[in-house]
Amino acid sequence: MRFRAKIVDLACLNHFSRVINTIAKLAKTCTLRLTVSKLYFILSDKVANGGVSLWCELCQGNFFDEFQIEGVAAEHNEIYLELVPENLSRALKTAQSAKAVKIKLSNKHCPCLRVAVELPSLSRSSRIVTHDIPVGVIPRRLWNDFREPSVTDFDVSIYLPVLKTMKSVVERMKNLSNSIVIEANLRGEMNLKIETDLVSITTHFKDLGNPPWASEDGGQSSTQGGDLEGVAEARIDIKKLQQLLAGQQVNPTKALCNIVNKKIVHFILLHEDVSLQYFIPALA
Amino acid sequence: QAEIFQEFTVQEESVILRINLSVLLDCLTIFGTSSLPGASTALRMCYRGYGYPLMLFLEEGGVVTVCKIKTQEPDELLDFDFCSTNVVNKIILQSEGLREAFAELDMTSEVLQITMSPDKPYFRLSTFGNAGSTHLDYPRDSDLIEAFHCNQTQTNRYKISLLKPSTKALALSCKVSIRTDAQGFLSLQYMIRNEDGQICFVEYYCCPDEDVAEGEL
Repeated sequence: MRFRAKIVDLACLNHFSRVINTIAKLAKTCTLRLTVSKLYFILSDKVANGGVSLWCELCQGNFFDEFQIEGVAAEHNEIYLELVPENLSRALKTAQSAKAVKIKLSNKHCPCLRVAVELPSLSRSSRIVTHDIPVGVIPRRLWNDFREPSVTDFDVSIYLPVLKTMKSVVERMKNLSNSIVIEANLRGEMNLKIETDLVSITTHFKDLGNPPWASEDGGQSSTQGGDLEGVAEARIDIKKLQQLLAGQQVNPTKALCNIVNKKIVHFILLHEDVSLQYFIPALA
Repeated sequence: QAEIFQEFTVQEESVILRINLSVLLDCLTIFGTSSLPGASTALRMCYRGYGYPLMLFLEEGGVVTVCKIKTQEPDELLDFDFCSTNVVNKIILQSEGLREAFAELDMTSEVLQITMSPDKPYFRLSTFGNAGSTHLDYPRDSDLIEAFHCNQTQTNRYKISLLKPSTKALALSCKVSIRTDAQGFLSLQYMIRNEDGQICFVEYYCCPDEDVAEGEL
């Protein structure tokens, strides 16, 4: 099993750091899956995570100048690692003005991702700061646990409002309640609601637009009878939603969510070269 | 109210309701606290009467938030019956003069003694703590004193724990007026100018500490 990669372009490096920072805000530990063409950051919906799942996909070609991988076996040219993204985030913090960053899988005393940051220096030899980030190698028999989750039979699919506004509102609501209800329909309207002993607050968003596939599936999935008219809601943990919104450092190109009534909310945030999916289950 | 609201209609002589202040603040700032250039939030507030929640409607950029804040039984408001015609002594000074004094008050003292007089020591703050007594005198002609109307020598003691909350208003204010009536009731009025330049007043009333012999200096 071998892996080595190198980033030389500063813009790519900063972009990669931003992605890692976002992941670090969403998961204490996660799985890093490396293939020939892509990197995936995965969090499966174990009870320990509060049931949330994360699936973040990057095309390595958009970030790395060199990328070589030899997986566990020829037919399975992939590597699955368990790591703490905060460690990677901190290592990359030292690389803000780096000349190059090399990442390599090494196994000196225990499996590690060795991140070597080459910094500019006044003398002829460059300064290199090396971080060894401990990782766990996930054996092939467990790879099935990390398949991409899919929510095909959603009730409503809708574009998210301006994230900045959504973030302000959710942050205030978080002071007042532990759970929040997201409600949306196929007419581009979304409500965020909280209700406690002291107060109830509803924020109404209009004209958000529904993605083109929304109405196709909406019709197929109305198992509760036709009078739903394409409305769905779910009550979710407000902290999880706030973490997702707070972690967005750059405005996504597209942001939308799919809601399965009273079951789960599936957020999809797309940037040019990164896609992030976050699944928050409804509270019991 | 005319300085703050574009419309203001109250259908009864006075409406009193009790609500949680931090909830109100969270609702008013639901769209965030930083004011972006060009973005303004509109607010409409209504209350139908006893038993109904306080309703707030806020709008910013086409997004509408509706808040229903549950109201509680209002406490009885203490009426100190402090009337400006009964004022015996009055001093208006700039808050910065009082801020330093209050910051240095000996908190081991149970009371703050205030002496106001047309004669020396004019205006004195005294404490009696574990280390001893301290007296802070303000000269009659101090720049900090804007108005000095003392007709009678009065010495009153007030529990320091009761006056402590007023230091928050003192910190925000630019001027403070100190008045006492014949019974020794104290009125502190703080003039506060907010970021938009609007002026508002916060008033504190405090009754004198009763187990005290008057005339003690």
